[in-house]
Amino acid sequence: MTIEVKNLVKKFGSFAALDGVDLKVDNGELLALLGPSGSGKTTLLRIIAGLDWPDSGEVSFNGEDALAQGARERHVGFVFQHYALFRHMTVFENVAFGLRVQPRAVRKDEATIRARVKELLDLVQLDWLADRYPSQLSGGQRQRIALARALAIEPRILLLDEPFGALDAKVRKELRKWLRSLHHEINVTSIFVTHDQEEALEVANRVVVMDKGRIEQIGSPDDVYETPATAFVHGFIGESIELPVQVEGGVIRLGDHPLRLAADGLAPGASKLFVRRHDMLVGPPGSGAFEGAVQHVRNFGPVQRAEVALSGGQTIEIDAPRGRELRAGDTIGLEPRRYRIFAGT
Amino acid sequence: MGLTLTWLSVIILIPLAGLFLKSLELSPEQFWNILSSRRTLNALRVSFGLAFAAACVNLVMGSIIVWALVRYRFPGRRIFDAIVDVPFALPTAVAGVALTALFAEKGWLGAPLAALGIKVAFTPVGIFVAMIFIGIPFVVRTVQPVLQDLDPEIEEAAGSLGASRWQTIIRVILPSLAPALLTGLALAFARAVGEYGSVIFIAGNLPNVSEIAPLLIVIRLSEFRYADATAIAVVMLVVSFVIIFAVNRLQRWAQSRIPAR
Repeated sequence: MTIEVKNLVKKFGSFAALDGVDLKVDNGELLALLGPSGSGKTTLLRIIAGLDWPDSGEVSFNGEDALAQGARERHVGFVFQHYALFRHMTVFENVAFGLRVQPRAVRKDEATIRARVKELLDLVQLDWLADRYPSQLSGGQRQRIALARALAIEPRILLLDEPFGALDAKVRKELRKWLRSLHHEINVTSIFVTHDQEEALEVANRVVVMDKGRIEQIGSPDDVYETPATAFVHGFIGESIELPVQVEGGVIRLGDHPLRLAADGLAPGASKLFVRRHDMLVGPPGSGAFEGAVQHVRNFGPVQRAEVALSGGQTIEIDAPRGRELRAGDTIGLEPRRYRIFAGT
Repeated sequence: MGLTLTWLSVIILIPLAGLFLKSLELSPEQFWNILSSRRTLNALRVSFGLAFAAACVNLVMGSIIVWALVRYRFPGRRIFDAIVDVPFALPTAVAGVALTALFAEKGWLGAPLAALGIKVAFTPVGIFVAMIFIGIPFVVRTVQPVLQDLDPEIEEAAGSLGASRWQTIIRVILPSLAPALLTGLALAFARAVGEYGSVIFIAGNLPNVSEIAPLLIVIRLSEFRYADATAIAVVMLVVSFVIIFAVNRLQRWAQSRIPAR
């Protein structure tokens, strides 16, 4: 199933949750919608599911207008952040729900339903919980049951709204791996929403980065990390050093201080310089584009994180490899191995 | 612990025990004669029958009111929410007088109804109306917090799984609310059975037709037939107790299907 979204606009009062969104999702993809809260990613997902309606724009599944159908007709599996399990039903009945409410003409007989539910519970590896109630399960188990319930109707598309958002860090990590392998197994076109970049980069084939109701970048996890398209993406994904600079006559200035960095092809004016923390190489004073004094240092396993006060007055954090130990009070030179400059402030 | 039990005993158990003791002054035969008299039986039938009918109406209407109050945002919602408590707060006699004035043949509602040939005041229908009036807050206030707690997402989940609106209500919403609905029903019923003040004004109090059991007790007391009064009271107590117990079991059963979170 391919999904195509064209020029989608959705306003809540004067707040534009979606401000002209275009997106194409290929068959069998596992796509992540990544963005801070309020970026419109959940709204987009809910509109695709038929739980919300856009003010204008188009949504089509395999070229067919999806907005003409309600949530009920779209055959979309939706997994909620807080599971939304039916608490008065056993796990078994929760998963069976979608099969039991089918119109009489297409409803399967009881034996088929039981076999199908059993199969799904096996798929999510929780067949031994069939007779429990949702309240007796852990968060991770509940989310897997919610997923099994969504899969019961053999959805054309699977949508997951912050599926691991309410779980603790360890369970999240496990479920991420599990979701990826599950997707590999069932191969349903899937979209999941997350504000956790690590989750998006680790699980998805493609990542859509959103901010303020607009799509900032669409690309593979490598693309969005290595070649961010906008200042927002660079700042949002990965840990970046962000410095306000001025481009003038082929020179980049940080405050009054000209930097020894190439300014070829940059538009003059106020800009932003981005460097990944681990891309700042430490050298002796006077060796790099920047110079600064180490304020303090903390060790995080293989890296040392140092707070450095640049000679221009700004304070930045860098991640340097262990080996050449930094100490508070050292004066060091810093050379960005890679950097990007985006026009604008 | 000891203090609570003592207090409960003084407040509830001792008066109840006294009631039973008083009724023991009667021989079993006398006791039976009082109960099987036509007037007593009719009074009990009127009280319990109408109270149950009123509780059922309150269950349905109360659920609708709760739904509107919890799920919709409309101007004046808070005022309507407060109005629900009026039957709680109003002295029952005031309520009785107000209802009687309203439904009397020349009242605002009574007049148009009389034109249709429906007589409310001074008939069993009047009792029914008064019982609905005083019972409604019990249903609303017991169901409201549970519905507020019920995540609208479960309805969306049901919808995206292919359930129609009707299937969602029957299979998802009502079962989730069942324990609260049954509690509300039991409370509204108990209140209606015991209601005195607001009913006697509108009832007309015709023996065998629109005379409620609590009124009959008062009448017996005023005739100094204390044992007669307590005999009726004991029966009311036992029947109420059995009904409350049954609803309680039902509620337990419904609750067991939704274990505490």
